[in-house]
Amino acid sequence: MAAMNFGFGINRPRVIDLDRNNLRKSDEILREMPELQTCIGCGACTALCTAGNLTSFNFRRVHTLVRRGEYEGAYEEMNKCMLCGKCRLACPRGINTRGVVMLIKRKLGDF
Amino acid sequence: MNRNWKEYQKEIADDRYYYARSCIRQNFFPGSEKAFLDIMRNDLGRDCFDDPLHTSCTGIGYHADIVPLDTIMAVVARQFALMGEAGYENFISSCITSFGIYTEILATWEEFPETEERARENLYKATGRTLVKPKNLSHTSDVVFHHREAIAARARHRLVNVLTGEPLRVVEHIGCHYAKIFPKSGVGGSEFPYVLAGMIESWGGECVDYPERRHCCGFGFRNYLVQANRGYSVANTQKKMESMAPYKPDFIVANCPGCAMFLDKWQYTIAEMEGTTYGENGHGIPVLTYEEMAGLVLGYDPWALGMQMHQVDVEPLLDKMGIEYDPAAKYLGMNGKYIGQPASAIVNCGSQDTIYNIKQ
Amino acid sequence: MARRVIIVGGGVAGIQTALTLSQRGIPTLLLERESELGGKLTGWHKLFPSFTPAHEVLDELRQRLNGSGVEVRTQCEVCHVERSGVTLASGERLAADAVVVTTGFTLFDARVKEEYGYGIYDNVYTTADIERMLNEGRVAMRDGSAPRRIAFLHCVGSRDEKVCQHHCSKVCCITGVKQAMELKEMFPEADVFNFYMDIRMFGPGYEEMYRDAQQRLNIHFVRGRISEASPTLDGRVQIKAEDTLTGRPLKMSVDMLILIIGMRSNASNAVFAADAGLQCQPSGFLAPRDLFLHNTESNVGGIFYAGAVTAPKNIGESLSEAVVAADRVTEYLKRA
Repeated sequence: MAAMNFGFGINRPRVIDLDRNNLRKSDEILREMPELQTCIGCGACTALCTAGNLTSFNFRRVHTLVRRGEYEGAYEEMNKCMLCGKCRLACPRGINTRGVVMLIKRKLGDF
Repeated sequence: MNRNWKEYQKEIADDRYYYARSCIRQNFFPGSEKAFLDIMRNDLGRDCFDDPLHTSCTGIGYHADIVPLDTIMAVVARQFALMGEAGYENFISSCITSFGIYTEILATWEEFPETEERARENLYKATGRTLVKPKNLSHTSDVVFHHREAIAARARHRLVNVLTGEPLRVVEHIGCHYAKIFPKSGVGGSEFPYVLAGMIESWGGECVDYPERRHCCGFGFRNYLVQANRGYSVANTQKKMESMAPYKPDFIVANCPGCAMFLDKWQYTIAEMEGTTYGENGHGIPVLTYEEMAGLVLGYDPWALGMQMHQVDVEPLLDKMGIEYDPAAKYLGMNGKYIGQPASAIVNCGSQDTIYNIKQ
Repeated sequence: MARRVIIVGGGVAGIQTALTLSQRGIPTLLLERESELGGKLTGWHKLFPSFTPAHEVLDELRQRLNGSGVEVRTQCEVCHVERSGVTLASGERLAADAVVVTTGFTLFDARVKEEYGYGIYDNVYTTADIERMLNEGRVAMRDGSAPRRIAFLHCVGSRDEKVCQHHCSKVCCITGVKQAMELKEMFPEADVFNFYMDIRMFGPGYEEMYRDAQQRLNIHFVRGRISEASPTLDGRVQIKAEDTLTGRPLKMSVDMLILIIGMRSNASNAVFAADAGLQCQPSGFLAPRDLFLHNTESNVGGIFYAGAVTAPKNIGESLSEAVVAADRVTEYLKRA
């Protein structure tokens, strides 16, 4: 027998729960590329991103979510990157942003 | 241990109250307001005027964006005028929504005197009555808090498990509009409200401090009123239940009519939709109003308190407190007439005749 | 005959002012409320950005003071300040030809931000507590165990209208970074998070230190203000913030929540101002005549300022200002 239908579902929490998220992959990524931690969220990368100007791709947001253990959809998002490299020219912290894209894709291919 | 809980103290009148009822409580917790009046008048000998002329404060309509500010101000002005005409100056409200409305309107009149003038004029034009502002405004839980030691002195039962001798573990829920709008209007302020905690401690129980203690029950007025939004409303209660469940509370006591209703009824909804229950042995966690809690402490009959109307059965709590009750009388009304009985439900661990069996 | 200068407050600014004046042969009386000199630096462990032990600075200042001829009186609380001298709490009146107010600041009382549960929940600390624990050589949770997850919260009592503290306390950002690094080095296995609104790295070497904390020590910086702390069943602390850079609410439990407390103006500033006709800023800090050429002078001739009594400052700035104040006092005494 099915559960009762009241005409609405129960909303799922939107919270990033760092007690539940598994940070192992995030730790691996940061260990391989510690410079990613120096991101100050300025958005220069995203401002001139070829893909981000024409699709919903937001490089800064995706790698920040990955660092918080929110991996779902990150691989697919990173596939939107065209690897043109303009973000790397703009980053004031000198982060190898293309390397970040490749690293996240490599680590999270199965998420 | 927790000094902040005692730092905000408000003035609460000791006697001669003008009683303003809630518009929804008499349906959901029908014995609570009567219990309050009985406790005040019969147990404590206080003068409490229950005026048949007063109305709903229209707060639910106001918060659901269908009653305009000027209208609600005129309604509130009328309530205060009635208090003045009856010869009272201490206004007490049985509802947190109303209490928030009264507090907010008095503060608005203070900050913007022209709005008070307008309300005074509207009231006079519409009814011929004259606005009198209360000397003291309190919520009825403030009043019970004020008399908590006198109630403790008359206690027939304490919030103690009679089998183990341990204090009962109580979750208290304050209601957003009690002190989140004006922290100084509530006993203990908004972060560490002491109004229910004080009763619980005085009557032998122990408060549970769990992470989502301050979170809203999810009522949210228009969020609940529209069916499609109820998933958001119930998710708030679910968040609280998940946070409190590991502390194994014996019951929840709520300050606000809406909160008591939703914390109780949403447990049913969650159980029926997802099969999850949060209390002992697969039951729900009983939800009480503070008047019901006071009534049980003073030895009132649970069925006279209207506790058969709860969604989550209260019998496990009554057993823990050592309260005698007649199971056969549960669904007998005032004159011994059968009032009907709800269908079995997962929160009460009833027979699984209508629902898929999640208890196996 | 040389004229006497009274310096109110024996922290680093007061000591340095006294030293400079006495080098110039001006008789100087240094008054300190506590039983020893050093002010807030006394309880501090190490100084940013070089991790210099605080006592090294204090020891040298005290050493210089010993041979200087400065008259020092401790346990002397000054109640009233005028251009002609000061009155002590004992009622004793001390005359002077110039007064330098170097009374510094008051640490923000974290209990005022009730929502963080300082003084209520176990394992909520302030930066001042951490310095004390570092000095004692043992940082641990209430039950004595080593923390595995630590969160710092910036701007507690700074930039917060709710507690009447509109100003930025300036040095707390770098203090938070410094302590995060110290704790990470002490507990390499622990995850350390800094929750911030803005990171303001104003001094030389500060930005480099921030970057070092991020890159070398893998300290997490989350842009978002913790809005509530609650106890968990196992005695830890649950915190809620928004991860504003992802636009999602975030919650987590931590073993230690450390509140990076700001600088509040002293309650005595208003009293001094009323007595002597001095001007206060909206923040409650005393107002110098201007912020450029007269930044150590008050609006009243003969009363001078140095250090954090006029605004939040770091140790180096306070020391430099003390020398400028001594210079202005010397000029004033020559003219007078």
